[in-house]
Amino acid sequence: MATGPGRRSSLRSWRWSDRLALAFAWAAGLGLCAIATAIVVYMGYRGVQYLRPSLLFSRPSVSTTQSGSGGFLDPLLGTALLTLIGVVLAVPLAVGSAIWIAEYGQGGRGREYLARTVESSIEVVAGTPDIVIAIFGLAIFQLSLFAPLSFTASGGGVFGKSFIAAGAMMSLIALPPLFTATRDGLQAVPAHMREAAFALGKTRIATIRRVLLPSVRSNIAAGVTLGVSRIIGDTAIVVLLLGETLRFETQGGVPGLSMLRGTGSTLTSYVYDNSPAGEGAAPQKAYAAAVVLMVFVLALNLIVDRMGQSRGHATGLTAAGPVV
Amino acid sequence: MLKRLRDPWPDHRAERTLGAVSLLVGAAVVAMVAFVGVHAWPIFQHNGLSWLGPGGSIETEIANMGSSSQHPPASVYHLRAWPLVYGTLITTAIAVALGLVIAVFSSIFIVELAPARLRKVAIPVIRLLASVPSVIYGLIGILVLVPFVGNHIITAQQKASVQNVVELTGAGLAVTVVILTVMITPIMIALICEAFVSVPRSWREGAIALGVNPVRAVLAVTVRAARPAIVAAAVLATARALGEAIMISMVSGSRSFAPRPGDGITFFFEPLRTLASAIVDYHEGVSAPALGSALYAFAFLLLFSAFVLSVAGYLIKLPLRKYGVRG
Repeated sequence: MATGPGRRSSLRSWRWSDRLALAFAWAAGLGLCAIATAIVVYMGYRGVQYLRPSLLFSRPSVSTTQSGSGGFLDPLLGTALLTLIGVVLAVPLAVGSAIWIAEYGQGGRGREYLARTVESSIEVVAGTPDIVIAIFGLAIFQLSLFAPLSFTASGGGVFGKSFIAAGAMMSLIALPPLFTATRDGLQAVPAHMREAAFALGKTRIATIRRVLLPSVRSNIAAGVTLGVSRIIGDTAIVVLLLGETLRFETQGGVPGLSMLRGTGSTLTSYVYDNSPAGEGAAPQKAYAAAVVLMVFVLALNLIVDRMGQSRGHATGLTAAGPVV
Repeated sequence: MLKRLRDPWPDHRAERTLGAVSLLVGAAVVAMVAFVGVHAWPIFQHNGLSWLGPGGSIETEIANMGSSSQHPPASVYHLRAWPLVYGTLITTAIAVALGLVIAVFSSIFIVELAPARLRKVAIPVIRLLASVPSVIYGLIGILVLVPFVGNHIITAQQKASVQNVVELTGAGLAVTVVILTVMITPIMIALICEAFVSVPRSWREGAIALGVNPVRAVLAVTVRAARPAIVAAAVLATARALGEAIMISMVSGSRSFAPRPGDGITFFFEPLRTLASAIVDYHEGVSAPALGSALYAFAFLLLFSAFVLSVAGYLIKLPLRKYGVRG
């Protein structure tokens, strides 16, 4: 046997099952790299084939021919609007809860119990499939209580589908990563910073505002990026809660509110509708929109990567990754 | 008002505001379970628990529900959703089983076997696979994999053998399971890699010093020590696979049919439908009372299984806690 200090034992002396395991490990690792490369290359190929700059800037229109049916500016703007609403709603809720749990959640049995309950419920939201969150959104926004937030049909049935409805549910989707990132950041701030602030006579809320929040800015940014990447990639909520009209359809007369109350589409629902699974038979448009979506997702991935590197982690896969 | 914002805030008022925000978030979850449960109740009321059982055709039952009036008679609520439950169970079980094996071996590759340059490539690759939206997986599936399977892998005899019952177009169990496995494996790899890295090096080096070859040392020491993390990864991946709706609705053939293992190889090509993809497929009819109740019942079942999963994961990890490195 060719063993010695620093020498790997020769493969011939191994059992068959170990050789099989070695081969399988290499195959699994290389296979996953091959699949990812294939996906990126194939989407790139289709993108070069079908994506034209005019598609990005022209609005979709109803037409029987491909060349007349316009581009996907409306879905693009729809994605941006939905992401904005989702983040604007999620940041105060997530940061507020994280601050309360990290700073005020200790001390006293009742308060600890409440803090653990809130943390567990956020974990429940994180583990809920997006289709269940979408149907919950339908259940809520079809109550007549929320009729002004969407369209009301002449028979009295509340439509329940609008940008506000979809945006509210998107904020539920983005909440867990943002909450976890902020809470971990706050818990990582060393105790002496808080104690120094208290020693100088600052109240707890003042310490939070002036000392702790600025130091977790990067965590909040990472959490927001994670939340944005989840919102952009989500299709189930959009399909159920946004009404799936090709262009923006506004409701009512008030300029800004009418668009929020109205329906529209996003890149994801545009891809779904144009694929053979939806109504359309326009795979070219679907590929073009899918390529744009991939570019956004890859860019967000890169940003998260850079942020994760600057903070350092064992394998870099879970710290700032969109995986967990 | 700006001056009030810039002045120092009173501590107890801030604490109560923040507490209210946290409770709002907690209340949202309770509201979710409550609303879905309340809307799902009519199905349970009219069918008992046997709506999970077999019998009848789902397509006719749902067509019945969709075309009924605002106050339908009790017979319209009849539902036997076993094909959907069965479809969910087999896709999830096969995908998680396959994915777990692939994930463990890929993690061994990334952590132990890969040369440094390859490892630097593999980690962004895993993160990329995890962040691709499910609609793009579905698009590639339905435009590339389904025609390939339908035209080149399924033989004409197989199509003829089942043509009285169902049509084999390539969209079915095989493509669904393959894409679902690719979707959930990166999640498992991330968790398992973290666990492998946190096992002390000296444990593995001790095994190698005793003459065990490197691969066997990893399998016997590192993988065994990381068993709680492997269980956690499997639970997380199962939750993800259960809830996958859009991709499955695109590539599964969307027929409420329970693939029959007795058909041999054709079993893998038969179309199916899962609970989540049924919600997406029939979502337009949610305002019809009976159909809406059915969809909410599916969602309630998904919620319930996610809850059962996390409890089961906790219970499985409990005895492993004394042996493992990460709880």
